[in-house]
Amino acid sequence: MYYKFDVVIVGSGGSGLMAAMQLPDASVAVFTKVYPTRSHTGAAQGGVAAALGNVEEDHWKWHMYDTVKGGDYLVDQPAAEILARDAIDAVLELEHRGLPFNRTPDGRIDQRRFGGHTRNFGEAPVRRACYAADRTGHMILQTMYQNSIKNQVNFFSEYLVLDLLINDGQACGIVAMDIRTGDISTFHAKAVLFATGGYGRAWRVTSNAFACMGDGMSIAYRRGIPLQDMEMYQFHPTGIYRVGVLLSEAARGEGGKLLNGQGEYFMERYMPTLKDLAPRDIVSRCIIQEIKEGRGVDGKDYVYLDVRHLGAKAIAEKLPDIADFARNYLGVEPITEPVPIQPTAHYAMGGIPTDTDGRVVIDAQWTPMPGFYAAGEVACVSVHGANRLGTNSLVDLIVFGRRAGKSMAQFIKENDHAPLPPEPEAYAREQVDHLLTSSGGESAARVRSEMQNEMIDNVFVERSDKGMRHALDALAGLQEAYKRVQLQDKGKHFNTEIVETIELGFLLDCAEATTHGALARTESRGAHYRLDYEKRDDANWLKHTLAYKGTKTHDVRLEYKDVILIDDPIFKPKERKY
Amino acid sequence: MNILLRIKRFDPDRDKKPYWSEFRVEADPIERLLDALNTIKWTQDGTLTYRRSCAHGVCGSDAMRINGRNRLACKVLIRDVGEKVTIEPMLGYPVIKDLVVDMDGFFNKYKQIKPYLINYDNEPGTERLQSPEDRARFDEGTKCILCGACTGSCPSIWGNPDWVGPASIVNAHRFIFDSRDQGAAERLQILGRRDGVWRCRTIFNCTDACPRGIPVTDLIEQVKRAIVYNDPKDA
Repeated sequence: MYYKFDVVIVGSGGSGLMAAMQLPDASVAVFTKVYPTRSHTGAAQGGVAAALGNVEEDHWKWHMYDTVKGGDYLVDQPAAEILARDAIDAVLELEHRGLPFNRTPDGRIDQRRFGGHTRNFGEAPVRRACYAADRTGHMILQTMYQNSIKNQVNFFSEYLVLDLLINDGQACGIVAMDIRTGDISTFHAKAVLFATGGYGRAWRVTSNAFACMGDGMSIAYRRGIPLQDMEMYQFHPTGIYRVGVLLSEAARGEGGKLLNGQGEYFMERYMPTLKDLAPRDIVSRCIIQEIKEGRGVDGKDYVYLDVRHLGAKAIAEKLPDIADFARNYLGVEPITEPVPIQPTAHYAMGGIPTDTDGRVVIDAQWTPMPGFYAAGEVACVSVHGANRLGTNSLVDLIVFGRRAGKSMAQFIKENDHAPLPPEPEAYAREQVDHLLTSSGGESAARVRSEMQNEMIDNVFVERSDKGMRHALDALAGLQEAYKRVQLQDKGKHFNTEIVETIELGFLLDCAEATTHGALARTESRGAHYRLDYEKRDDANWLKHTLAYKGTKTHDVRLEYKDVILIDDPIFKPKERKY
Repeated sequence: MNILLRIKRFDPDRDKKPYWSEFRVEADPIERLLDALNTIKWTQDGTLTYRRSCAHGVCGSDAMRINGRNRLACKVLIRDVGEKVTIEPMLGYPVIKDLVVDMDGFFNKYKQIKPYLINYDNEPGTERLQSPEDRARFDEGTKCILCGACTGSCPSIWGNPDWVGPASIVNAHRFIFDSRDQGAAERLQILGRRDGVWRCRTIFNCTDACPRGIPVTDLIEQVKRAIVYNDPKDA
């Protein structure tokens, strides 16, 4: 089948729907592998930062500073300025669209503390995170979906996108499979937005949904578009032990503390000013350090998150969901017992490089690919640099989703549909046909599980040359094994085996780009911490990695792009202390 | 522990009618039932078909009928179901394949009740004000993840597939009782019709099924009272 729209949006989370809202007069199709309300934005818990100053003094410039410093100066500073300034309007827009924020006694949006967000350029924690209990992402997703219904957005639910169509350097549509029927169709468009989220499933322990398989990143990468700063991957300090499900940083924002096996609140020892509210990369490393030095609980590989002192009322009102997660998945009552946690793979700071209007840029000279846009976790603007602050992911979704939407609205007025390339569905059909007919005898589950183990053993919170070389060898072998994967389900209708196998191919690409970038970066910065290069090295590494897929299956070509700094002494890179 | 899963199967490519498959898996008592389904899919039968995404009870993908009750497979632990468990697709929805049901009708019903903030005033320069008490008035309904467990558990839906169903009413409640909203009258009119709230027989299956702990039946009763008294403030 052939369909034609002005705009195709891939992904129905916060950024995809925020972009769709900006296109009321265009014909827009939104694609999702699931149903829109199942998108992973809905799992975000703690809050969305904006310097509203509702409960104490705050300024967008303080937010910008925290973002730049939190990202260990790998942030493009003009983009961070846009993030911090636009956050205020974007949060108000969400409220106007119906989002039920928690309120202050005088009826304004309530705000709470979060890691790395400070007053007056690092002085002390500030209340900046606007929130709706501990289901802020859920409320953003629901509110945006509700508004999509009001605006009569076209949804293609349970469609798996297989390819990005490019003709003569211009994006002109996608190829997607209707999961329910197995039918493959071409969707011709003037502009395509990828808003497909992250790839946390590349690691064994992750907070991410089964849907977070790096689809958009891999599809772009296979079409010659680079992936930026993929080595910058965030491991959230407080995942539920073994399960990986997130326990929001809001728990620490409300006063929760980390406790080691010896009954010590250890963050005070590492970070005297911000303590438990230091940025995530630092807190995760401190946890790993405690465990390495034998101060995990019972000498094991976990520590505790302690919220007992907050009391039953505050826990019920402000942290109800995460209290339930602890009860359900650990059998632990957080009101009376500390909760076992460990770092969990959480968020990609890197992704498809874009400018601040969501336009995808394909090289170190910022050359845009006309018609191709990306926003949200799949994109790298770059506002998160080497480490994202808590709540800034939701800010990113709404600010840059909105800007990408407005930018596409302009683009489609000024441009016609570019012609489709010849045989647009050939690559997608070849992939599907190969999987349906392969008799190689390999198991996708085995390949996936080995990749996940390799990534958590060697490309996790602490990295080394030896470990990452081991991972690259293993990943190369797994890419070869992937070609031999054989399915049991050869049916057309709702074949989830074919879906998860195609997704595994996406994950392998992302894992590979991540590891190549990480091995090459011989310094420690933000979330990228190397035991063999423990210091940040601005002289050589204050630059973004661009990873291009090479000509062979597991070959990657690396280039580098300058970080954009602004001329203001406050934002000059310096040592990061909290 | 070793558990036996009895799963209702149907593949439109192959089968004329549904049948039962049995699988044995080794599972830790603290694992999720979803983990056991994944073990089957990844090691025994790749054709087993079900939906899943977040795996911790917030996306609503994996609602299914587990030992006769609608539950999310990612919120039920092995120790909760014991050594034998029966899993079926939810009732009240057309089956697409195995445990996957067609949710389009469910979402279409949701859309009928105008599930978005209706406010005809100009937007203020800052946020609309709302007291913590007014915010608390509709809190329960905001927890809904549209998994469909409540609607699929309701005998009134089994008998009348056109009925709007509990999930839609919960979401109508969320707006009717929001002090910022001006669409209560429109929604109450829709819900006052024959296929509106009055098909609810107060059976409480929905409340039992809700994985988010929403007092669904109670919220439905509040909407009924708002219709009778024609004013949500009196309900």
